[in-house]
Formats: sequence, C-alpha cells, structure tokens
Amino acid sequence: MRGSVPLPEKERMAYRVIGGSQPRADAWEKVRGRPIYAGDLAVAGMLHGKIVRSPYASARIVRVDTGEARALPGVVAVLTHADVPQNALRMELPGRMAEATAGAVLATQPVLAEGRVRFQGEPVAAIAAETPEIAAEAAERVRVEYEPLPGVYDPAEALRPGAPHVHEGGNLLRAWHIRKGDATEAFARADVIVEKTYRTPFVDHVYLETETGIGWIDAEGTLVLRVSTQVLEHFRDVAEVLRLPHGRVRLEGAYLGGGFGGKEDVTVECLLGLLVWKTRRPVQLVFSREESFIGHGKRHPYVLRYKSGATRSGELLAMEVELVSDSGAYAALSPWVLLYSLVTATGPYRVPHVTVDAFTVYTNNPVASAYRTFGSIQTCIGYEGQMDALAAALSMDPLELRERNFLRKGDSIATGQVLESEPMLGETMRRAWQALGPVRPGGGPVRVARGLAASFTPYGRMCWTRDSASAWVGMELDGTAVVRCAAPDVGGGQTSSLCSITAEVLGLPVEQVTAVGRDSHFTPRAGTTTATRQLFMSGNAVLKAAREVRRHLVDQAAEMLEAAPEDLELVEGRALVRGAPDRAIDFSPLVKAATAAGRPVQALDKYDAPSAPTIDPATGQGKPFNDYTFGTQAVEVEVDGETGQTRVTKLAACYDVGQAINRQSAEGQIEGGAVQGLGHALLEEVVLEDGVSKNPHLLDYKIPTTLDAPEIITILLESGQGLGPFGAKGIGEPAMTPTPAAVMNAVSRAARAPLTQFPITAERVLAALKNASFNPSPPSGERAG
Amino acid sequence: MRGQSPTRPMRLDFTLNNRPYRLEAPDHWTVLDLLRDGLALTATKYGCGEGVCGTCTVLLDDEPVRACLVLAARLRGRTLLTAEGLESNGAPDRLQSAFARAGAAQCGFCTPGMLLSARALLAANPSPTEHDVREALAGNLCRCTGYTKIVEAVLAAAGPR
Repeated sequence: MRGSVPLPEKERMAYRVIGGSQPRADAWEKVRGRPIYAGDLAVAGMLHGKIVRSPYASARIVRVDTGEARALPGVVAVLTHADVPQNALRMELPGRMAEATAGAVLATQPVLAEGRVRFQGEPVAAIAAETPEIAAEAAERVRVEYEPLPGVYDPAEALRPGAPHVHEGGNLLRAWHIRKGDATEAFARADVIVEKTYRTPFVDHVYLETETGIGWIDAEGTLVLRVSTQVLEHFRDVAEVLRLPHGRVRLEGAYLGGGFGGKEDVTVECLLGLLVWKTRRPVQLVFSREESFIGHGKRHPYVLRYKSGATRSGELLAMEVELVSDSGAYAALSPWVLLYSLVTATGPYRVPHVTVDAFTVYTNNPVASAYRTFGSIQTCIGYEGQMDALAAALSMDPLELRERNFLRKGDSIATGQVLESEPMLGETMRRAWQALGPVRPGGGPVRVARGLAASFTPYGRMCWTRDSASAWVGMELDGTAVVRCAAPDVGGGQTSSLCSITAEVLGLPVEQVTAVGRDSHFTPRAGTTTATRQLFMSGNAVLKAAREVRRHLVDQAAEMLEAAPEDLELVEGRALVRGAPDRAIDFSPLVKAATAAGRPVQALDKYDAPSAPTIDPATGQGKPFNDYTFGTQAVEVEVDGETGQTRVTKLAACYDVGQAINRQSAEGQIEGGAVQGLGHALLEEVVLEDGVSKNPHLLDYKIPTTLDAPEIITILLESGQGLGPFGAKGIGEPAMTPTPAAVMNAVSRAARAPLTQFPITAERVLAALKNASFNPSPPSGERAG
Repeated sequence: MRGQSPTRPMRLDFTLNNRPYRLEAPDHWTVLDLLRDGLALTATKYGCGEGVCGTCTVLLDDEPVRACLVLAARLRGRTLLTAEGLESNGAPDRLQSAFARAGAAQCGFCTPGMLLSARALLAANPSPTEHDVREALAGNLCRCTGYTKIVEAVLAAAGPR
C-alpha cells in the first residue's frame, strides 16, 4: 500500500522519467543472477586468502610461529605485521578533516596486529594458498602464543581512573559539546521535568554478501582490487599501507550485496592488496559469515541520559543530554558518528536551552563504526522516548505535544543552524498516524497499541568537509548516452538514479542511458556511497554534465533545423521544433553531425556542496550539515501480556523526500530501512562476554524474516525543497532512523511501562509488565469513545 | 566457503538447468562449491554456509534445498535448477519479470534464492495468499527490501486468485 501526496503549493514539473516508477537499470541483470558481485569473478592461477584472527579481546602477542604453516604444501605466503610496509591504517578522511581533528591525535589501526591484540577477531596473520582447503589448514597451523591482558568492556568502566588503557593516552577518544542558551536556568522555570536513561547494544549490518574481493597485478604493474566496497577511495589506504604511489593501486567497484555503512571502512582491501603484492599472484579473499560478524565494525552501543523540561502548556524549555558511545577497540569513524548524534540529540524540536555532552570511549569490544543513520537512530530513541514521557507527565496527547514543538522554517536546531525550508513535520506525523487506520481491539492477553516517532537525519557530509563529486556524461554515435561516475551502487539504486537524471535531461528513454565503470582509475571520482550523499552529490554532478551535453545537442539541432534553440525540445531520442512535428532529427544523425562539426557531445562536470566552517568545539554552534530529511514512522504492535512477545502488525512511514527520482526505489528504501529498524527494535544484539561474541552466526543472531515484517504503508511528500537534483532529498539513512523509537513507544504504551533498553525482548517486556506504573497518555484516535 | 580437507575426485552424472552434465569433482564439495568454483555458475550465493540465510537456495528435483548443506555427491542422477536456468531462450520467466518490475531486487544478492523458493511455492500452490508467500519465503533472508516488494512480486507472478 502506498500513497503520494504532491503538495498543493508546489508547482509540479512535467517530468518524463523523474518521479515515475520503473525497473532500475540493473534489475534485469539481477533477476537473472548475472555475475556482477566481487565474489563472482575467478581469475586463472588465483590463490585463496585466509585471515588468522585473535580469539582474545585483549592480549599480548608473545610470538607468532608461521613455520609449520609455511611448510604445508600449497601454501604460498604466510604474512605477519613484519611483512606490512606501513602497518597503520589512518582514521581520517584524506585531506578534509584537518580543521575538525585539531587537538585530537590521529588514530591508527594496524593491518596485522603487532605485539598486542585489542579485540576478538583482530587480524594477526594473512595466508595465501592454492586452495581454500589448504589456506584453512594453514591458518590452523599458525602458532600464536598469547598472554591475556586485563581488558575493559564497558565505557563507564573505561573512563574510571586506573582502568586498563586500550591505547596510549587514555580511553576517551573524543568528546563533543553543545551549549545553547542557559539550560540550568530554564529547568528552574519548567513546570515538568522528565529524566530517563536509554540503552542500545552493538548491532551488526548483516548484509547478505560478506566482505569479499579479488585482486591481481595488471599488465602495467598496477595492483587492481575488485572489492565489495562503498568507498573506492580506499585505493589510497591500500597504496599507503604498501608504500606505493597512489596511482599504482586501482579499485574496481562491483555491485554490492548490501553495505549499510559496514563496507564504508576498509574491510578486505589492505589484506587482499598485501597478499597480491607479496605473492605476485591473483588472490581471492572472502570473509566467512563468522568472520564478518567478528571482523567488521558494528553499530555503537549508546547510553543516552535525557532530561527534558517543559511548561504546563507543553512548550519545551530545555534539554540536557549525555551520550556515551562505545567505540570498541579502534577509532574507525566513531568521532564522526558521535558528531551526528550530537547534532540530532534534541530531535526535530524547538528547544531554546540545550546542553549536550557526548563522549566516545575505547574498550576491548568489537570496533564500532558506520551503520545506516550514523548515530541518528540512537538519539531518536532518546528524544522520542522523552516526548512520550513528557506527554504522560503533562497528561497531554503525545501528537499534540510534538506538533506544538516541531521545528518550522526559520527555527534553529540545537547547533543554532536556522532551517531554510519547511520541515513539514506535522504533516508527516499526521499522515503516518492516520495511515494506520481504525484501531483494532486486543483480545485475551494480547494488548494492541500504537506509537510513533518523528525524526530528522542529515543527508550529505558535514559542511566543512567541502564535499564534491564529479561525473562525465556523453553521447554515443548511435544516439544513446553514457554516464561515467565512480559511485558505488550498494543496492540502493544509486546507478539507476544517475541514468534517470540523464534520461530526463537529454530526453532519452531511460533504457538508452548506460552507466559504466565504477572505478577509481577510469571514472571521475564521485566520493563515497555513504552519508546518504550519492543522489545529492553525484546526482547534481550528473545533472550539471547532462545539462551541458543537452546545450550542445540543442545548439546543433537548432542549426540543422533552422530554429531558435529555445524552440527546441528533446523527446524520446529526437530533437524537434515545438509545434512543428515534421521538423525533427533523431539523436544518432544529430550526434554524428555535431561530432563532424567539432561540437562537443560530452561533458565532465563537478558539483561542490555548499561549505561552512567547523562548528564551535566548545558550544557546538554552527552549521554542521547542509540539509536534513524529516519524517515520521508510526507502528501498531501486539504485545502478549503473558509471554511478553511483541509483534509489529502495521507500520506507516511518511517522509518529505523532496522529489522521488524513482518512486519504487524511494519506497523500497523506506520499506527496507523500516524492517531493518524493526530488527534493531525487537531482535538484534551482538552478545558479548568480556569482548568475545557469543552469537557470531545467523542461527543465534536473528534478523527479520518475511514473517516478522508487517504491512508497510509508505507515503512520500514531495516538497521540491531538497538540495539534490530536481529538489530531491536523501532517504537511504533517514528511512531507518525512527523505527526503533516508534516501536519502543508503542510497546511502552501496551505494557503501561517504559521500555528503554534495546532490543525489546520478551524478557524485557515481562520485566516491565511486572513493575508497570507508567501511564502514558493516549494519543488522539486511541481515546475511548 | 570451502574449508574441509581435500579428498578424492568423484564422477557425477546429473541434469543441471535442463542439460545433462558429466564431470569430476572432489568428493567433499557441496553443491555450492560445485556450482560456483567448479562450473562458474555464480547466481547461487554464499551467505552463511550454515543453511540459515537462504541465498544459496536451489531446486533439487523441484524441491528447494540449501546448496551449502548438500554434498555434490547427492546430485547423481538427479535434476538441479539454479537461477541461471530460469530464463528460456534468453527471456526471463514470469517470476523474474515480476521481481524486476516490482523493484523486488535491491542489492540483488538474495534474489536468485528468493526466485527459486518462490518457484517451488507456485508449483505447489499456484494461487497463494500473501501469508502463504510469506511462509514459503521465511527461510530466505533479505536485508534491503523489507520484503514488501518481494511478496508483491510473487503475488503478481501468481496472477489473480
């Protein structure tokens, strides 16, 4: 079920392609099971890689004996830290972060552990062998002597004096702060204050395709890696590690079997590059599911302490927030994830007085890093839990309380940034809530309840990164178009969107636009497929390039058809004079004529995002992001009062997407994000015992199946106010932000007790039922009568 | 994810995607090893190696099985269908077309396994309810779509009840 609500005030353009629902450019390849993924390619003479990983979360490496493994017939290389030319992966975005990291030590992570291990699964040795069987056997024959060291597994514990240090210099990796107004004074004036603590666990991405790559050295001596990655720019990391000129390493992007942020950091790249470079043979490296669980960065666990104060009439006065995130054993992207949490901490609400203190802390737990929403999903649990708690304390309809405090155009967020367009939060909330339909009664022990969460999530990178993307668009002699843009497609339809934009501008059927070569060497650099930035960034770059090509085509056609350029239209692969259908020319002869005349039929262009200085480090004030996507999700749940089992029966989502490029893709993002969010809400947690994972298998780490996924109603608002092409906003990450919070609010209402710890398991629901005292006020539509 | 000790080659005769095959393969190989490493038929994916995720679902004598759990030796004299065998004369079948049209493939990694589970369902139950579809696909994990458009695609391919 779905709906689409073009806003009355928006003058809708008559687009031919944009906003339609059509199969993506890659859909037919994918349903045929064609070999488009990194693990599908085999190369003659290929070796098989295998990584030896630490079983300990904290230990000294006394010695590594590779003799027995090397002696095994068929083993070609057994590499340790001594074989890595520069054994330090740097945790920064190249050249872009200097201002923001001022005062902070640049964090590094070894490619292969040297002297000590800091988390379970840390790579210690890398093997290449003639067969996977031999590689696996060699891995078992690498003798590593460990001396277990005291570790630290809880951020609060890690910050205490005397706690074991995970790295030199202490366990506090980074702190961020917001000081806006005077929260202390405002709380003194508040009629009602609610204080609550919320807790979230480590969560895994569980993309169906594990981390995978194949590498070889080409005829020019370039190291080529075909890898499942969201970031082709990691060619630089591989080059640094191998001490090669950057131009000697090429990353060839494959389609990804899912990423969700988990393939944003380096995964197989450096290990694979090292094995290829040292053996001078092609090597394939595929992480097993268990390796994937213990080997890649997770979503950060957070402890979120919230204090909110409001007047009797429900006007928010002040919020005081403390966020503590567990970075795990290395920095990865933790400081930046925390910054997203900082910016979103008070939610899409007008709060005049704000104090936020945010900390990310080293432990010997798994490394935590990027995961879809990048720190925004945790804070949504905090700010939306608080809104329901405040509504209860005020005996007010929680929708009305939200409506009263929603950000409007011209209001400022907690960092002082003034919103330049209308967020339409009230509209997204009302529509999502209404879409749930008439309330059903529960029966027997089953209680039916509803809850919702509004949200805001940035799209595009932080302003001070001065983000840019390049793209090339050109015509072929047959009248079709080609797009070259090194934007990895993680499955969100990134490539297809670029084709749709080109088709729209050039007046071509979308099937006649081909996107080629997501590749660090041969296609213009588009930047990472992360931060919900590709449609915004690469979309704008393609739009600019396509418009330039269009100009040349129109000029050529104007000459040939003896018409003024402004009288020409490009439609379905033809240029024609408006109102004179007999005066037309097909693109193929048009392009040939333009080429013969020396007129360019191609363009390379670059889009630069608007930039702004870094936020003030002491007060957090400034403009952290260019824009945000706003939306609400509402859910209906059934909670069994006897077993504590929760089932989500219906979910409605409403977002202002600015402009859908491909409607079914936009809906698909929301449906998929919501169900991933339901997994977080009810099922998912990496269970750790002193840093060691107890459930690194899909049997024990459950993600939602078809039977867990409810009916989903998707409503797209199209304000045309986004910064992307045709006014589009990003939806990839925002699609997931509010889901766990909405479920929490619904289950809390059903249980008549606040649930504040994730995942919301049956045990936690039963425990909450036992000391039910919470009396949430009913939202409108659930009132008696 | 091959990892067991290598053993002796064995001879196999079986039918794959409507064609007879006769070949030799190591006797510890699973059907997944044979398809991907032996025959370069890579539509069938490795997702967990433990029979949980369903990305390696294939049809063995028309029944869905996990290729990662079935030894290749069990193929002798039997009929195997993988996603590569769904199209006829280069044209996608109705499930493939429905998946493409509905936007049921996002990253596409689970798609081949989904298609084969759905095919088995429609063979046994040509007019399934939405719940029937959800039950039949419950063993095939997808992390991208939230399943909405996959279920819609299967229902569309089944036609009206």
